[in-house]
Amino acid sequence: MEITVTINGKAHTADVEPRQLLVQFIRETVGLTGTNIGCDTSSCGACSIHLDGEAVKSCTLLAVQADGHSVTTIEGMASADGTLHPMQQAFMENHGLQCGYCTPGMVMAATSLLKENPNPTEEEVRIGLEGNLCRCTGYHNIVQSVLACAKG
Amino acid sequence: MTMTDQPTGVLGSRMLRREDPALLTGEARYTADIAVPGALHLALVRSPYARAKIVSIDTSAAAAMPGVRAVYTGAELADMWAGPMPCAWPVTEDMKNPTHFPLAVSQANYVGDGVACVIAETAEAARDAVEAVMVEYQPLEAVVDLEDALSDRVVIHDEIGTNRSYTWDLKIEDTEGACDAAFAAAAYKVKERYIQQRLIPAAMEPRAVLAVPQPFGGDMTLYSATQVPHILKVMTALTLGIPEHQLRVIAPAVGGGFGSKLNVYAEELLCVGLARRHGVAVRWTETRSEGCQATIHGRGQIQDIELAADADGRLTGLRVRLIGDMGAYLQLVTPGVPLLGAFLYAGVYELPKAFDFSCTSVFTNMTPTDAYRGAGRPEATYAIERAMDSLAYQIGIDPLELRRRNFIPVDKFPYEAYTGLVYDSGNHDGAATLAADMVGYDELRARQAQQNVPGSTKRLGIGLSTYFEMCGLAPSRVLASLNYGAGGWEAATVRVLPTNKVQVVTGTSPHGQGHETAWSMIVAEKLGISPDDVDVLHSDTAIAPLGLDTYGSRSLSVGGVAIAMTCDKVIDKARQIAAHLLEANPDDLEFTGGEFRVAGSPDRTMPLAAIAFEAFTAHNLPDGMEPNLEAHTTYDPPNFSWPFGTHICVVEVDTETGEVEVIKYVAVDDCGNQVNPLIVDGQVHGGVIQGLAQALFEEAVYDADGNLRTSTLAEYLVPAASDVPPVITGHTVTPSPTNQLGVKGVGEAGTIAATPAVINAVVDALSGLGVRNVPMPASPNTVWSIINAAQGGSQ
Repeated sequence: MEITVTINGKAHTADVEPRQLLVQFIRETVGLTGTNIGCDTSSCGACSIHLDGEAVKSCTLLAVQADGHSVTTIEGMASADGTLHPMQQAFMENHGLQCGYCTPGMVMAATSLLKENPNPTEEEVRIGLEGNLCRCTGYHNIVQSVLACAKG
Repeated sequence: MTMTDQPTGVLGSRMLRREDPALLTGEARYTADIAVPGALHLALVRSPYARAKIVSIDTSAAAAMPGVRAVYTGAELADMWAGPMPCAWPVTEDMKNPTHFPLAVSQANYVGDGVACVIAETAEAARDAVEAVMVEYQPLEAVVDLEDALSDRVVIHDEIGTNRSYTWDLKIEDTEGACDAAFAAAAYKVKERYIQQRLIPAAMEPRAVLAVPQPFGGDMTLYSATQVPHILKVMTALTLGIPEHQLRVIAPAVGGGFGSKLNVYAEELLCVGLARRHGVAVRWTETRSEGCQATIHGRGQIQDIELAADADGRLTGLRVRLIGDMGAYLQLVTPGVPLLGAFLYAGVYELPKAFDFSCTSVFTNMTPTDAYRGAGRPEATYAIERAMDSLAYQIGIDPLELRRRNFIPVDKFPYEAYTGLVYDSGNHDGAATLAADMVGYDELRARQAQQNVPGSTKRLGIGLSTYFEMCGLAPSRVLASLNYGAGGWEAATVRVLPTNKVQVVTGTSPHGQGHETAWSMIVAEKLGISPDDVDVLHSDTAIAPLGLDTYGSRSLSVGGVAIAMTCDKVIDKARQIAAHLLEANPDDLEFTGGEFRVAGSPDRTMPLAAIAFEAFTAHNLPDGMEPNLEAHTTYDPPNFSWPFGTHICVVEVDTETGEVEVIKYVAVDDCGNQVNPLIVDGQVHGGVIQGLAQALFEEAVYDADGNLRTSTLAEYLVPAASDVPPVITGHTVTPSPTNQLGVKGVGEAGTIAATPAVINAVVDALSGLGVRNVPMPASPNTVWSIINAAQGGSQ
């Protein structure tokens, strides 16, 4: 069936299989591969995006459910002039990433977290990110990145 | 304590990583992100049985499905292989290695073992067709218990007639009877059994493969989410009979490895073989449940360890018996993993030549095991550090005091150990003292005495791990003595371009470690240029043809040192050119800040930039000198490197729920000089949490029939941010004397140190309740049961 999803400000219309997941639509149909897939069970959060401004795991939605909605992916976070989003900058300055595979999802989840709670405690950051797994950093510097971004 | 200052300047600074912008913006390309129009998708039919004869396979329905290009059984592909799946580490001459092809032909031997495959136009079509392949199995009894396997009650592989793969003894010359004598004379003896549970590496990026043929040119490009593009190239050439010079292997952005991508996998060989057969690109991306079942597992050992000590608690003898779980087959370095630990069983302690080590490894009907972050060394460190705590408890002294009595004194380095290996440098008491100060050890012990009183339900525990690491995985001659099938060298090229920009070509293959940043810092420091002017090329065998890749904490201490040595060669050549142009004696030239100066004549200078251009034009070079400013090194290090440190974990255990809360974790690591302390701390953080995860959360659980019960990330408990503590890091700096940078490795140290620190803390918390051991993972259920049993409960 035909759907139209606005991704990073641009409308994408495509005929999709009803079983296609939103993450597959983003990666395969639209070709934005910054959103990663890390599991089959909605456990890891690597595919986190913003749907109408709120972080969701894009493997938990069918593409058709996003019809008419607005999606932001990691590719839509930095400014057109190349300036990183403050959260991306905070991850860079605090070594909040190593292999980078969980990173797009972490950045999307973390920006959503700060939108809801602009001044979180360390514990609130840890709880707020518990849907996103990382195997490299031990989370230490991810938490520091989010706290640093909150401080501005 | 003897501490050397960190180097100053570029080297030793907390420079931000150049890798990050591409990774942070989605620009980086992992293997699954690389689009190749027309590529076919591979999917595997995997055995649902842990052990079963393949009676028949009917592929006709699957082959008729829309979009399906071909369906193959293992038997139908038998002629595609020039050889079986490679095992590069035949640890003994009589090691048993059952024949293992990418698809099983007559018998499946673990749940997830591939028996047939489909290639189709879309991934969905391939997976749908897999469901339509009809396999008739004859289920056979499976073996999942190591001691049951050892009994040969059920023999898994008929062709080898036993489940025993090998028995390997560490023999030390002229020491026969020494260990028995030590135990006969011992004032104290400890005898313990520890179980290293199976772990699933769970790198966040699933494995992915893309094979792109050029049918008319004859070449083949293999993209793979691998740690080892160079090793993969050699092994793919051998296994498929492809001329090696026609094969190019590229590891694009790789999302973590931890040893799980240090291998040669069935899916890599299938993609290449089928791409060649069909003349079209073939790709495969792992699902997470496939990753849990068919990517190697780690650990899997039963450890029996005995310590003998004199009246002061000094070690006098050590006996170790291991049973290693190989899983169903031998993968690339499966049999060698326990051997890597064999040399670390006495940890950082002085031990006379009274050591008795034997490892017997067995096949089971479970996923093959292989190297997982630390590979043998976490197991060894766990055993000695747990046993040292037991010895301290028996003697009735503080575990830190017992360790201090046994540390190798700082003035004895370099130290020839009981195994004959030479430890390069160490200051174990220095690291332990710093860690104790940072954690507030004495205050914690005082608080513990007040808190852990009868009736207390929140008990404080303090756990130590004074670990040793053996990394670098070289020199080649030592690896040869262990029958390892490759060397331990690393290659580097440094090329100064005409405009004074520098290309570095390295044989290391990073997957999160930040080599591009670190290697550019080494070159910048050596050549006196900005790191921004250095590009680092890697992980593509056409661009970096020589290399042995990234594993075993080897990249800096072998590959980074190779780059530094190559810079020296570049400077030597530049010096000859500068001397020629300045009409000076080369020996009178000083090289600082990217510029040659004639000693005593400060106005006679020649910058590297001018020399680079001169070398390019070749208009006025010394007689006989080749144009261009470039040098190459293949470096085989003279020794392993031996990082060390002390980790201290503080826990509170709720005796009513069994819940363990880590309330403080201090890691003091000494990896010699640090190229980039930002990256070093990151490695420690991640390593510690991975080690802590073994202690508290993770286990690959099999039922008695060989079914993996933890085959998704919903069941296999990779900890989340909310499950784990911050990691407080500290460092001592004891440079390695065996390389010019004074560096050691740090990639695995955290994982090696953390697991025993955490369990020692849990046991320490419960020691007043009669608990002397807690199995891993120390889940609330397990801890509660242990407490209950120690208290004489029957619930």
